[in-house]
Amino acid sequence: MKKVYINSVASITPQKTFDNSEFLDEVIIHDNQVVSAVEPVYKDYIPPAAARRMAKGIKMGVVASKIALQEAGLENVDAIITGTGMGCLRDSEKFLSGIIDNNEQFLTPTSFIQSTHNTVGGQIALELQCKGYNFTYVHGSNSFESTLLDAKLQLELNEAENILIGGVDELADHTTKLHELIHHIKKEDITTNTLLGSKTKGSIFGEGANFFVLSNKEQESSYAEVVSVKMYNTLPLNDVVQTTLSFLKENNLTTKDLDAVVLGNNGDVEFDRFYNELTSDIFSNTQQVCYKHLIGEFNTASPFGVWIASKILKTQTLPDILKLNNKGTSSFKHILLYNQYRGENHSFTLLKTC
Amino acid sequence: MEALKQELKENIIEQLNLEDMTVADIADDDMLFGDGLALDSIDALELIVMLDKNYGIKLTDPKEGRTIFESINTMAAYIQEHRSK
Amino acid sequence: MSKGVAITGMGIISAIGNNVAENFQSLVEGKKGISRISKIDTIHKDDIMVGEIAYTNSELEQLLGISSVNNYSRTGLIGALAAKEAVSNAGIKDMNAYKTGLISATSVGGMDMTEKYYYNYLENDTNHRYIESHHAGDSTQKIAEQLGIDKSLVTTISTACSSAANAIMLGARLIKSGQLDRVIVGGSDCMSKFTINGFKTLMILSDTYNTPFDENRKGLNLGEAAAFLVLESDAIIKAENKTVLGYVKGYGNANDAFHQTASSDHGDGATLAMEKALEVANLTVKDIDYINAHGTATGNNDLSEGRAIIRVFGNTPPEFSSTKAYTGHTLAAAGAIEAVYSVLALQNNVIYPNLNFKTQMKEFNITPQLKLKEKKLKTVMSNSFGFGGNCSTVIFSKEQ
Repeated sequence: MKKVYINSVASITPQKTFDNSEFLDEVIIHDNQVVSAVEPVYKDYIPPAAARRMAKGIKMGVVASKIALQEAGLENVDAIITGTGMGCLRDSEKFLSGIIDNNEQFLTPTSFIQSTHNTVGGQIALELQCKGYNFTYVHGSNSFESTLLDAKLQLELNEAENILIGGVDELADHTTKLHELIHHIKKEDITTNTLLGSKTKGSIFGEGANFFVLSNKEQESSYAEVVSVKMYNTLPLNDVVQTTLSFLKENNLTTKDLDAVVLGNNGDVEFDRFYNELTSDIFSNTQQVCYKHLIGEFNTASPFGVWIASKILKTQTLPDILKLNNKGTSSFKHILLYNQYRGENHSFTLLKTC
Repeated sequence: MEALKQELKENIIEQLNLEDMTVADIADDDMLFGDGLALDSIDALELIVMLDKNYGIKLTDPKEGRTIFESINTMAAYIQEHRSK
Repeated sequence: MSKGVAITGMGIISAIGNNVAENFQSLVEGKKGISRISKIDTIHKDDIMVGEIAYTNSELEQLLGISSVNNYSRTGLIGALAAKEAVSNAGIKDMNAYKTGLISATSVGGMDMTEKYYYNYLENDTNHRYIESHHAGDSTQKIAEQLGIDKSLVTTISTACSSAANAIMLGARLIKSGQLDRVIVGGSDCMSKFTINGFKTLMILSDTYNTPFDENRKGLNLGEAAAFLVLESDAIIKAENKTVLGYVKGYGNANDAFHQTASSDHGDGATLAMEKALEVANLTVKDIDYINAHGTATGNNDLSEGRAIIRVFGNTPPEFSSTKAYTGHTLAAAGAIEAVYSVLALQNNVIYPNLNFKTQMKEFNITPQLKLKEKKLKTVMSNSFGFGGNCSTVIFSKEQ
C-alpha cells in the first residue's frame, strides 16, 4: 500500500486564506453571527465567459481548485472528489422561491442546474477538461471526510496518482434565517474572540472552499502525510474518549505521540461537550487547536482544519489565534483532527509530517 | 422596432449575465450563438422564458428557437409579429 | 482483500411495485407505472406524466412504525422501506456482527418538505422540525437509524442521475479494500415540485409516455423510487454459507467534461465509463449478455448513449433496453433501481422489453430489445449518466 500525501492546499474562507505564502498573518475579527468569505478576484482565475453563470460556490470551488493544482505543479489530475453539505444554496433558494412566488411560471434553467449538488465538481472537470473519476459527497459534516477516504483508497491502491479533493459550501439568506429560527445560529452578538468561550446555544455560520491535491508521490511542495481517516454516523458522548484512544491505537500511537489536536469547537454549549470530553481528559496536556471562531460553522468547515494542520506541519508554526490552551509546543510531527456537528457525523483524521 | 432591439440587448445582457458587455457591443446582425456572442443551449432556454415572460410568446420545442434567436434582427422581427403583450 | 463483492439482499419501491417481487412481476408483464400526477399539486399536471409510488406518506409512516410527528422527508421514508426489505432479504439478524456501512444516494433529499414549508417556517414553528431534514445527508442518517447502523461509516453521494450507481461502486471498493465487511448501498429520490419544474425549464419532460431510443422521443417522465442492495465480503459468505444473488463484478465512473447538463455528441464519458467497468471486471465486450441502458428518452441522452454503446460494442451489441418506460426516470435512485432489475434479470434469465418503442432512430442501426426474451444470462451491464457530465457503469455477474 502506498502512502498518501497532501501536496498542495487552497483555501477561501471568511479569513484571507487564499494566498498560500501566508498563514493567518492578519486575522479579521468578525463581530457577526454570519460571516462571509473573503473572496479573491475571480477574474484572475476564470474567464468572464465561463464565470457568467457560476454561483459563488462554484467560483470559490473552481478558484480553489486552480490554486491547489498550481501549487502542486499540475496541469490536471486523475480524479476530482468534492464534498458539499448544501451545494449551491443560493440558486436552490432562487429556484424554489421562483416556483412559489410565480406559481411555477417563468422559471429559468440556470439556477436549477446550479442547485444540483455535483455542479461544482462538474464545473471543475469542465474547466480542467478532466474526464476522470468525479464524485460528490453530500453527507453533512462528513462530506469532506468522505472525499478524503475515497481519495486515500484510490491512492493507496495506486488506482490514481493525483487526486483533487475539496469541500465547498455557500451562505444563503433564507436558509440562514431558518437556522436562526431554530437557534443553530446564535441569537446574541458574538465575536471571533468570544465565540469559543460562549455559554449559549448555536454557533456562527460561515462559508468557503478548501481544496487539496492528494498524491501517492511525495514532492517538494508536500505538506503532510494522511495517515488515517475514520467516520462515525453516530457516537455517544461517553464513547468519545474510548473511540479516540482506539483510533490512535490502530495507528500505533498514544496520546503522548500527538503534538497537537485540531478540534471543531464552534461555541455551541450543547455540542462542544463532545470536544470537552477530550480536552478535559486525555488531551489536557496536549496543544489544543481550534479554527471555527475564524470562519464560522458550515458542513465543509472541517477541511479548513486540515488546512490548518497542514500549515502547522509544513511551517512548524502555530499562530496564537488558533490556540485553545498553551503548551508551548514548538515541534509538530503528529496531529489528530476531530470534528462533529450537533452530535452527528463524527470524524477522526490523523496527519503526520512528511 | 429600434426601441425593441435596444430593449432586447439590455435584457439579454442582464438575463444572461454578460457582465463584460454593453449594448454597444452587440450589433443587430451579430450571430447570438456560434461565432458571435457564443451563447449556448442553456442560454437558448433562458431566451425562451424571456419571450414568454416579456412578450407572451410560448415556444414548446426548443428547436424552434434556433432560427428565432439567430440575431437581434430575427428576434425583434419574430416578437413584433407574434407578441401578445 | 476480498476478491468478490457478493449481493445478498435487495429491496425496492417504485411506481411498478412496493417490493422486489411486485417490481419483477410488472417487468415481465410489461406493466408500466406511468400516469398523471396525483400526489403533488402542480400547474403542469396536464402537461407531464410521472411514475409515482402508490403509498402516501402516512401509509409509509405506518409501515415503518414511526409516529406521525416525525421529520422524515418522503425520500427518507421510501428509502427506509426499501433498505429494510434489502436487509431482511439478506437474512441479517445482527447488524453489528460485522463491520457494516451504509452508502446512500439522493438528489432531492428533503426538498419535498422544504418546498411545502419554505415561507410557513417564518410564520410559525409548527413544522420547524423539518428544517434540519432538508440537507441530502439527512435521509441517509434516518435510513441508518431505521436499520440499526450506528457508530459506522455512513455517507451520501449526489452526482445527479448517476448517484446510486456510484454508491454501489463505492460500496464495492470498500469491501474489496477490506474497509468494510458488509455495506448497504443504494439510493432514494421522491417526487418534488422542485425537480418537476427544474426539468420543465430544461424542456426535456415528455407530455406522454416516455419512449426510450425511439426516433420521435419527446423527453423523460420523472419517477420516484428507492432501492438498496446488501453487499458482503467473501469472508461473510463463507462463514455464514449465505445465498448469493449475484456479484458486483466491475464498475467505472468518468466525466464527459463537455457541458453542464448535456452529454457530448459521441458519448465520450459514457464510453470511458463502460470501458473502465469492463477493465475492472476483467471482461471483454463478448462477455456482456445484456445492457440495461440509461435510456431516459431525451433526444440528447439516447443518441449519445447509443453512439457510445456502438463505440464500445461495435454495430452488433448484445440485447439492450431501458426500463425508464416502466418507472420513469428516478434520478439519484435510478442506478440502484436498475441494479435490482439487472440482478433479477440474471437470476431469472430474462431480458425486459424496451416499452413504447415504435420508430427506429435514424442516426444508427441498433435497436433495443422490444419483447420479453428468455436468455441464459451470465453478465449484465447497467449504465447511469447524470448532469455535470457524470457517467457510470456497473457490471453484475451470476458467478464470481
